[in-house]
Order: sequence, then structure tokens, then C-alpha cells
Amino acid sequence: MEHYISLFVRAVFIENLALAFFLGMCTFLAVSQKIKTAFGLGVAVIVVLGISVPVNNLVFHLLLAPGALAWAGFPDADLSFLGFLTYIGVIAALVQILEMILDKYFPALYNALGIFLPLITVNCAIFGAVAFMVERDYTFGESVVFGLGSGVGWALAITVLAAVREKLKYADIPDGLRGLGSTFLVVGLMGLGFMSFSGVQL
Amino acid sequence: MANAKEIKTVLFGPVFANNPIALQVLGICSALAVTTQMTTALVMCLALTFVTAFSNFFISSIRNHIPSSVRIIVQMTIIASLVIVVDQFLKAYAYDLSKQLSVFVGLIITNCIVMGRAEAYAMKSTPGMSFLDGIGNGLGYSVVLLVVAFIRELGGSGSVFGVQIMPLISEGGWYQPMGILLMPPSAFIIIAAFIWVLRAYRPEQVEKKV
Repeated sequence: MEHYISLFVRAVFIENLALAFFLGMCTFLAVSQKIKTAFGLGVAVIVVLGISVPVNNLVFHLLLAPGALAWAGFPDADLSFLGFLTYIGVIAALVQILEMILDKYFPALYNALGIFLPLITVNCAIFGAVAFMVERDYTFGESVVFGLGSGVGWALAITVLAAVREKLKYADIPDGLRGLGSTFLVVGLMGLGFMSFSGVQL
Repeated sequence: MANAKEIKTVLFGPVFANNPIALQVLGICSALAVTTQMTTALVMCLALTFVTAFSNFFISSIRNHIPSSVRIIVQMTIIASLVIVVDQFLKAYAYDLSKQLSVFVGLIITNCIVMGRAEAYAMKSTPGMSFLDGIGNGLGYSVVLLVVAFIRELGGSGSVFGVQIMPLISEGGWYQPMGILLMPPSAFIIIAAFIWVLRAYRPEQVEKKV
């Protein structure tokens, strides 16, 4: 249990996907103008990460890993080179299915997330987390915790950034830095803040 | 084939006038994490330019046969296959580098520059011009990446491409390295400075007051 808690805290704060690995930056900068939309996108990312990381973990261990196809009579098969293609396919399919389920059973949530769901397929944070999961060789349980944790971390980062940007709108910023430039500065400073967590001993 | 002037615009426009990173905020997702050293940054630039150019070329070649409802999947498949080729190539011929780049080669798939150019340019243009557009955007990306990597490696470890330029104090030299430059946040701040310089030089890129 302690192992899982430490993994969770690590994924949320110390190895924050957005601030330590620069993942999901495109949407991170583009959709952080308002707290409300930023929070909606954050929730969508948590859901998609929480599902797609464990599912890809199963796909990797049951189909792609060296020797994983032994049950089908191919003990020598090593399909791990097909990884990227498979993961992106699984993510795209999951997002599509999730969209249909939400549309049918949770229309309120669907309307709130609506435009963000398709965007998530090409969000590097999802793909990055899946790739990290494979590279670090997480077990199924670890992948659930890691998926949720990194999603929460990303959502936290984008919500905080949106809050700062809402206030920053009233500031008088030098012309060249207005908009994108100042956002990069803010993200840099937030990254510095999050670095202080790296001293936490778990 | 289009005339020389158009080729020049397509090829060099994205470097300064319409830089994909500084102006369109595309593709920084996977970019910044590899900029602590010039070598990894250079490999990343080559990989991305290769993938963008060829994915543009292939998508443009078959653009009249792709039904628009499934075009994203088709584009994704082409891009992912190209990235697998790059990844396998790096694993075979530059194993150490491929370990250092870790997941970031795979992240080229979700790099918005590749997708963005495929969707915005290659679907509407001839294969030849799309190929050049891919190279141009790859160059625009490479300029930013290499500048950031140069500052970070020189300031953070006193070297360029792994060759020691300023001897470190820890090895008997005089240079006290700025460790902060090797940390992730410095990359954001360097990009912010890059954008500021670029926009001071080209005021038409300044964003309007809201």
C-alpha cells in the first residue's frame, strides 16, 4: 500500500507530466485562458489517463511483450516494435467509446466535456504516460495508480495556470511578451515551485 | 512544380516569419525535455524533420483517396509507422542516444507540428510542395530547439556537443556551472526570452490587447 501511495504522490507532484516532462503542452497553453474550461479539460484527462494507461498495460503484457503470445502458439514472437501504433490506436478507440458512453448515459458531463474529448487523442500527456508505463515496466496495479496520479497532476497544473492567467489579463506586460511569452514565463516559475517537491522523501 | 520564390517561402517561411513553436505554439510537447544536450536535441530535430517531411509527402500523395471522415486515423497510421521506422533505426545504430531520448522519440507521433502540417497543408497541396513544407517546419522547430539546447548545455555543463568549452570548477577549471539550466523550468524561461526577442524584431507578431 505504501508503495502505491508513494507512486501516486510522485506522479502528481514530483514527476508532474506538464511541468517536469513538458507533456500535453499544446493544449496546456491553448486551453488555459479560463479556469472553468481548464478544469473541465483536466477532469477529462484524468478519466482518459485512468483508463488508457491500465488498458495499454494489459495490451502490452498480453499481446506485445516478447513471449506474450505463447498462449496462441507463438512463444518466439516479439511484437514490441508495433507498440506505438497499437497504443495510439487503443487511445483513439477508447476516447471514441468514452465519448459515445458519455453521450448516451451522462449527457450533462458530455456537454461539459464535449469539445475537449476528441482533442485528448492527440494530447501528448496521454501517449507520454503510456510510453512511460511501458518503459518503466509497471505492473497492472501500478499502472492504475500511475495513470490516475499523472492525470491529477496534469489537471492540477492546468487549473493553477488558468487561475494565474486570469489575473494576469489585467497586468501591463511589455508588448513582445504579451500572451504566449508571459505564459511561458509563468509556467517556468510554476515549474520552479513544483521542483521544491523533489526534496520530499517518500 | 512551382516557381523558385514560392519554394523559398514554403521552405524558409516557417523558420522566422511563421515559426511553428514561437508563433503557433505547436510541437513543444516533446521538444523541451531533450534540450539539456546539443546531441540529443540534434537527433530529435533530424527525426522530427524526417517524419514531418515524409508524412506530408505520403499524405499528400493519397489525399484525393482519403474519405474525410476517417482522415485522422489514416494520418495517424502513416505518422506512427514513420516514427516506428525512426525508432527502430535509432535502436539499431545509436542505442545509447535512443536510451537517452527514451519515450520522446515515440512522442513525435503526438507532436502537433506533424499532425498540424498534415491537416493544414498536405491535405490541400501537391506532394512535392508538401515535402518542402515539412522540411521547412522541421527547420523552424530545429532552430528553436538548437538555440535552447545551446544555452542550456553551455551554461549548465560548460560544453557544446559534449566537448568541454569552459572547464568546470569540479574538474580543476574556473567555470561554476549554472545547475538551474539543466532543470526543466529553465527551458520555459529561455523560450519566453526567445519569443520576446523574435517579437521585438518582428513587431507584427505581437498579440493584440484584449
